[in-house]
Amino acid sequence: MKLPAMLLVRLGLLALLSVIIETAAISEISVFGTSADITPLVVVAVALLLGAVPGALMGFVMGLLVDTMLLQTMGVSALVLTAIGYTVGRYREVRDPANTLTPVVIGVIATAASTLGFGLVEFLLGVDVPFNLLLVRDVFIMMVVNGVLALPVFIIVRWVLAPYLPDDPRRRRRRAYTTGGLSPLSRS
Amino acid sequence: MYKQTVRRRRAVLAVLIALCLILLTAYFGESSGGVLHSVQRGALSVLAPIQEGASRAVKPARDLVGWVGDAFGAKGERDSLRKENVVLRRQVAALDNADRQNRQLAGLLAIDKAAEIADLAPVTARVIGRSPTIWYSTLNIDKGSSAGIAVNQAVVSADGLVGRVSAVTSGASQVTLLTDQSSGVSAKVIARPDRLAQDRIGSLGLVKPSIGKPSDLVVDFLPRGIKVVLGDRVVTAGTQSDALESLFPPGIPIGLVSAVDATELDLYQRVHLRPFATLRQLDFVQVLTGGPKTAPGKRAQVGP
Repeated sequence: MKLPAMLLVRLGLLALLSVIIETAAISEISVFGTSADITPLVVVAVALLLGAVPGALMGFVMGLLVDTMLLQTMGVSALVLTAIGYTVGRYREVRDPANTLTPVVIGVIATAASTLGFGLVEFLLGVDVPFNLLLVRDVFIMMVVNGVLALPVFIIVRWVLAPYLPDDPRRRRRRAYTTGGLSPLSRS
Repeated sequence: MYKQTVRRRRAVLAVLIALCLILLTAYFGESSGGVLHSVQRGALSVLAPIQEGASRAVKPARDLVGWVGDAFGAKGERDSLRKENVVLRRQVAALDNADRQNRQLAGLLAIDKAAEIADLAPVTARVIGRSPTIWYSTLNIDKGSSAGIAVNQAVVSADGLVGRVSAVTSGASQVTLLTDQSSGVSAKVIARPDRLAQDRIGSLGLVKPSIGKPSDLVVDFLPRGIKVVLGDRVVTAGTQSDALESLFPPGIPIGLVSAVDATELDLYQRVHLRPFATLRQLDFVQVLTGGPKTAPGKRAQVGP
């Protein structure tokens, strides 16, 4: 369960870069009045690849960075993203989803959970949170845009974390066939 | 072994959630000068240059995406701008005439001209970040208290009012936009030049965001007796009394009236306006560091 130090460094850099790119670039691009939010997508990708504890840790760190860089109430984003990271990580550990589109579906759900969860925590803290049907439309647009970005984000995160990922039996099997050495056909 | 793993996993989750709750409680309980607020400002000061560098680096890509989006609406916008141009030419002619008369009358009454933007010590700043959440409309700029910026100063773009400064660090600041739910600006509706004769003192209202529609603002609490039509302009009302001084200098353009809600039962009428400033695509803004409070000499004064 102990995480290697270099993996922690990579996760930290990934979190910092993601939050900077999100606040400096992606949030500036308007799509029907709203913009994509890659922070829940990165947390989902890490949780799907590494499990519940790294997912929760990634959510916590990214949430703190978001709250700090946007001068928001400290802990709100951290709480929401920690819960998302842990839940998705547990889902991966219990069900081990194999479908290629899993990051897309979970990314879309996590986007909705993150946006509504943020609003709910703010509401519970007594902050005046506006709510109407147009916001529901905005959440829906954000889910669609994040759904488009979910797979590329997952692939990038997997590439960054590749040396530390547990070896996937499906990938190992594919590699074995292409090298020829372990293929059942070559033995016959 | 399995039980130990489960226990460790649950312990990590419990510790992280407890940390979040402690942070939340402490942050909410302390004043804006508290430890966590100071840590947050310090961290932003450190991260702001990185954020600025990233913002500059990805600007070409951002512009490309923006250009693709803009290209779709360009034809419709061109047609509407042509129509607006015709109206504006007429307005300029009428306003030139009104300005000449105004100067003559002001000279007679020894009234100072309302403060120009240049007189309010504007500090130009680059936009380096934006809140991605739909619950807040804020952005970060690369100038802070070291450039003379303070909380509650007005922020404008070349087109009009953008918002106000809501938090400041030494090298960066946070701007709360007009479209944020916490925003409210006292404003005045100015009649179109062809209706100047109907312009009456008292057409004051409060500009609030239209939740969920970032390109729409609402002027509330306008007296029912005031006739507002499409194309009327809305500007900041500015200081109305010494006791409750407005944060915004008078006369800064906010937007153009785009719809009027004709409700029969309400005491006040409500109009919608399209902000002049394109709040989703700002690269540079100006912070008026010499606002109403710091430029008393520029307020309207009646001579002896």
